[in-house]
Amino acid sequence: DELCFEFGLELDEITSEREIISKEQGDSKASEASDVILYKIDVPANRYDLLCLEGLVRGLQVFKNKLEAPRYRRLSPDSGESQRLIITKETAAVRPHAVAAVLRNITFTQERYDSFIELQEKLHQNICRSRSLVAIGTHDLDTISGPFTYTAKAPGDICFRPLNQTKEYTATQLMSLYKTDSHLRHYLPIIEDKPVYPVIYDSNGIVLSMPPIINGDHSKISLKTKNVFIECTATDLTKAKIVLDMIVTMFSEYCAQPFTVEQAEVVYPDGKTCIYPELAYRKEKLSGEFINKKVGIRESTERIAQLLTRMCLLSQPTGVGDEIEVEIPPTRPDVIHACDIMEDAAIAYGFNNITRTTPRTYTVANQFPLNKLTELLRQDLAAAGFTEALNFALCSQEDIADKLGKKISETRAIHISNPKTAEFQVARTTLLPGLLKTIAANRKMPLPLKLFEISDVVLKDESKDSTFFPGRCAEIFVRGTSVGRLGVLHPDVIGRFELTMPCSALEMDLEPFL
Amino acid sequence: MADTGVVETLLQRIEKVDGGADSQEVAASLGVDHQVIVGAVKSLQTLGDVISAELRSSKHWELTEEGTEIAEQGSHEARVFNSIPLEGLPQAELMKLSFGKIGFSKAMSNKWIRVDKSHDGGPRIFRTVESIHDQVREKLLLAKRGDAARLDEKEKNELKKRKLLAEVTVKSYWITKGNSFSTTVTKQETERTRRPFKPYNFEAMGVAPDCGHLHPLMKVRTQFRQIFLEMGFSEMPTNNFIESSFWNFDSLFQPQQHPARDQHDTFFLSDPSLAHHFPMDYLERVKKVHSEGGYGSQGYKYDWKMEEAQKNILRTHTTAVSARMLYKLAQQEKFTPVKYFSIDRVFRNETLDATHLAEFHQIEGVVADYGLTLGDLMGVLHQFFTKLGITKLRFKPAYNPYTEPSMEVFSYHEGLKKWVEVGNSGVFRPEMLLPMGLPEDVSVIAWGLSLERPTMIKYGINNIRELVGHKVNLQMVYDSPICRLDS
Repeated sequence: DELCFEFGLELDEITSEREIISKEQGDSKASEASDVILYKIDVPANRYDLLCLEGLVRGLQVFKNKLEAPRYRRLSPDSGESQRLIITKETAAVRPHAVAAVLRNITFTQERYDSFIELQEKLHQNICRSRSLVAIGTHDLDTISGPFTYTAKAPGDICFRPLNQTKEYTATQLMSLYKTDSHLRHYLPIIEDKPVYPVIYDSNGIVLSMPPIINGDHSKISLKTKNVFIECTATDLTKAKIVLDMIVTMFSEYCAQPFTVEQAEVVYPDGKTCIYPELAYRKEKLSGEFINKKVGIRESTERIAQLLTRMCLLSQPTGVGDEIEVEIPPTRPDVIHACDIMEDAAIAYGFNNITRTTPRTYTVANQFPLNKLTELLRQDLAAAGFTEALNFALCSQEDIADKLGKKISETRAIHISNPKTAEFQVARTTLLPGLLKTIAANRKMPLPLKLFEISDVVLKDESKDSTFFPGRCAEIFVRGTSVGRLGVLHPDVIGRFELTMPCSALEMDLEPFL
Repeated sequence: MADTGVVETLLQRIEKVDGGADSQEVAASLGVDHQVIVGAVKSLQTLGDVISAELRSSKHWELTEEGTEIAEQGSHEARVFNSIPLEGLPQAELMKLSFGKIGFSKAMSNKWIRVDKSHDGGPRIFRTVESIHDQVREKLLLAKRGDAARLDEKEKNELKKRKLLAEVTVKSYWITKGNSFSTTVTKQETERTRRPFKPYNFEAMGVAPDCGHLHPLMKVRTQFRQIFLEMGFSEMPTNNFIESSFWNFDSLFQPQQHPARDQHDTFFLSDPSLAHHFPMDYLERVKKVHSEGGYGSQGYKYDWKMEEAQKNILRTHTTAVSARMLYKLAQQEKFTPVKYFSIDRVFRNETLDATHLAEFHQIEGVVADYGLTLGDLMGVLHQFFTKLGITKLRFKPAYNPYTEPSMEVFSYHEGLKKWVEVGNSGVFRPEMLLPMGLPEDVSVIAWGLSLERPTMIKYGINNIRELVGHKVNLQMVYDSPICRLDS
């Protein structure tokens, strides 16, 4: 618990498989389950390197000085020829980017295999934004042969045997098949309506995968797999590179040459080639003073370098003044600014070891006039015998219109898109419905019921008429009465009527002139 | 209280009389309204056994309004008779008179008059007898004098049917001397003190005085406001529930692909859906730092879209207001250190449960000054929480898209014997502050917590729906005690 607290992890629960089944299904079902203690740990949302047990343990061990952070290396293949993934131009319409890598001579056990699959799922949910940004496919390289082609084809033209199925399906059939699959149906909308679907073939026409939906059964990984081909297709290239780096750094531990990754070549439609994974080590220089000043500590340059190294940020004093050179490994894409480095130094130092100080900022406070007046009025309203209510700002259209005898279009209300229930359709334009609902819910209370509320309502700013270009419209007044508007129309409005030229308009009510 | 004059007169009357007196008669003879005598009787009754008053009711016959009119002017039929001259009267003329209609039919049935229908000039009425005896009037006069008893039942009922006579119930008191009769009205205090006072029932609930009440959540808000003002923090203008995604997310360096910007977590507006006014050169700098980096940062390296930033939402945190205020601060000629706070409503479209609603209140504090450190943040937090009576704090590394370092604040709960989270805090990222134009060595520290949680703990409420919204039991609001945060 202490360790987690210090490092920035949340120890959610300590339980066991038996306890979990017991809670969910009853004691009788749990008797066969494992007694092994399980720790549920919550990891910060930006630390993809802590999402699997391998990464978490590695990170903590380096933190505790029990291990030196490994060095991840990209190697060219022994045979000389890299695996190639050729991207065709058709993918541009649906999922343009792809990256790839190979894990050579890896040894899987059941645990490692499970962890491997789980990491992919977690990355899919997290950085990949439910596979919409990036989709990961891992394949047994010995069952397929490169070069691989990443292309996009009409759904009817794609036919293969998907993972865990016994027969072949076309992509169209798969879309309907997976509509009822509780796990996969959420990903269907990503490509469903596109004219072409992404698909990866090997040189013999075997389908490796149809991202982001499902891999082919042919190339699936088993405990016996020795060589893994990893491909990530994406709409965001930066994230695809991060995801690939994450998988290979975490699991290259189990390769015959630990922490090495065999490169793969990706060929773009324009002929350009890139070697992946990037596994970039970025260097940044900062001063010890910067760290000390920002955190509020006084450590020597050497000590700071040591602190950072414990956070997997290998650091050395350069010898020039208090300058430190920090090496940011590919497992830390969350470090994008010197302030990220500074935070890690503070964590290694221990937040609770930092001396707390008081800022000398001298200020005279002012109340927000509207709130000041509100506070005064609240007191006196209560003194006058009224009871304060606190009601929701969101309500139904009925509440602010029909029930009050108005039409919703007259109310200047703002509308919420996709409200889950009627109670979230609009924001209140008046406090009255809330008070009346409070009375209705308290019918049994003795009379008299005297209520008040002083709070914000939301009204559309009519002066900024969204039909017109801001600052280019006016209201027309005749003898003090508004009779219409004129102005330059907003480009959005013009576009919605499928027009392209600028347009001015005037509209006036004639009846006042009768 | 009855007029003591009347009371004393009454007492004197009772004294003189043998037996007792009827209140109606007394009222009549004194020339006062019966109710005045009743009042005097009641008043005397409170003094103990001075008089004895027995409630009696009697019926007697009274003339109705119409009956009184007839008693004075004669019955309708008699008046008809008297208005017919020797030569007779045209029927039409007779009907014009107020007593004409009713009187005519009665006079006809009494055979006092006859109609010559074939007369020149229309039907004419003639007397049939020389004189008449107005019996109805006589009977009414009898009743008026109080001699209604002289009329027999048949006569009385007939007059009752014609609504000339009515039977009324009159209540009166038969007043006699009581055991402690005297003609003077004294408080008889000596009597009273000899009787023991009724002991207080300490178990009984008193009548609650009529008063107004403030809502407990708002009471807690008032206390937090006080704390901030005492610490020299100025209040930010947060009277805008609607915010653009630009100020709520982009200016805070929260990327456009971040899950918090999902439909599932944020309320988007369908009308008006987009915001249009932004400080454009600042917006360009924000776009650049997101998509390309800069200010010492790698950036997020994604395609930043204007339409995404324009989307109007219900603000998910008051930090959006803090961003606006810091931007405003950066536009000043010369930087001045500031301390800001806000306590206002925010909106999240998340799953609702016993402790989570779509709307809740966020408390936020911000300090901007040269050279602020993480140690300073801890110091400010310590000062703030001490004012809440919380002195044992621990800090844990955390993650927010817009602060680095970020710390979760924990305090030790003596009752639960464990550390519980009481707030979130951090130092704003340079990618957020530098594009605004704030000087490089200015640090901005901030922290926040929800208002509902400490309120629910303080007032012992387990379900947030019992605290906020229209379904709240007003009795809870009536009964909620004053809010003292530091004890």
